[in-house]
Amino acid sequence: MADALVIPMGAIVWAAAMLWLVALLLAWPVPVWLARASWPMRAPVVALLVWQGVGLAGGLSMIGALALTGLAIAPQQPLLALIPAAAFAAYLLVHLAVTIVQVTRQRHRHLALLDMLSAPHPTRARTRVLDDAVPVAYCLPRGAGSVTVLSQGLLDRLDPDELVAVIAHERAHVEQRHDLLLLAFRAWRSALPWFPIAALADAEVAALVEMLADDHARREVRDEVLARAILAVGASGVSGAEVEPAGSTRGSDRFKRLVA
Amino acid sequence: MATLGELERAVMDAVWDAAGPLSAYDVQASLEAAGRPLAATTLLTVLSRLEKKGFVASDRSVRPYRYTAVAARADHVAELMHEVLGESRDRSAVLARFVGSVSEEDAAIMRRLLEGAG
Repeated sequence: MADALVIPMGAIVWAAAMLWLVALLLAWPVPVWLARASWPMRAPVVALLVWQGVGLAGGLSMIGALALTGLAIAPQQPLLALIPAAAFAAYLLVHLAVTIVQVTRQRHRHLALLDMLSAPHPTRARTRVLDDAVPVAYCLPRGAGSVTVLSQGLLDRLDPDELVAVIAHERAHVEQRHDLLLLAFRAWRSALPWFPIAALADAEVAALVEMLADDHARREVRDEVLARAILAVGASGVSGAEVEPAGSTRGSDRFKRLVA
Repeated sequence: MATLGELERAVMDAVWDAAGPLSAYDVQASLEAAGRPLAATTLLTVLSRLEKKGFVASDRSVRPYRYTAVAARADHVAELMHEVLGESRDRSAVLARFVGSVSEEDAAIMRRLLEGAG
């Protein structure tokens, strides 16, 4: 009964062509347009959802297009025809798994170092103080919760309001699980290193996540306070370089929206 | 009751502060002097955990075993800050930093905002 389910060849070719069109649109013009648009800085939540949609739909349409093209070329051998699609899907999944393992291992090492080198904050839970003069604040996931790290240099430099802004910002990263989002886009970027759009998407998502965390902080402090905190930490001349990939200016948008 | 992490940090501090290799007894004495007495069994557990994590090395050719720090405290701080300050490529996936370095241009934008507000 091999011919019980026969799909007309024309339909397969047509569907394959449509999927290729969708895949190509999502791979190039749509992300470029998204990165150039100015609305994402005003609506980072929506923009992040769109980026996730573009990433997911882009990957799936590419897999679908490969599968249907294979079927159109070799309809008699469906198993053979599906090999390119399966290989591409497996390639993406393996990269996701490898990225998760790498990042998890690096986090473990980092947390082990933190345990040795930092002291618990005297009053704030899940917060550690690192005895270093460079002003830094960051958080990283730890098990089901997370840990926020503040350097002594940061505590010396910020007034209490500015510190509230920093902590509210970091708490937003933690509560909204931004690490998972960043991980997915980082995996996509490492899977497709020759594909500039993957790097662009990664940078855009990273910047949008910062805006989201800023919005969280802005509910607790005035914009000036947050701007002061950013200046005190970022313009101190000792923080490390942050290189933006070509095409993304979203990093600057983070500061512009505090002025508007 | 101190957590295991806190005990590890106290033991590491003792090892780092010492001039040379320490036996478990030396570590115990050092902790006691710092107002943090620790049972010998607990101490040995902590030391073996630290060794597994690569923070201390033990010399087992002598008895009692002598423990030394694998790297100086400052080296570990440098390793940590290296990762935090974004010199390693994958850091943004490992941790989320409040802000990286702000360009002169962006700093100027924000200073204008602050002057307007003040």
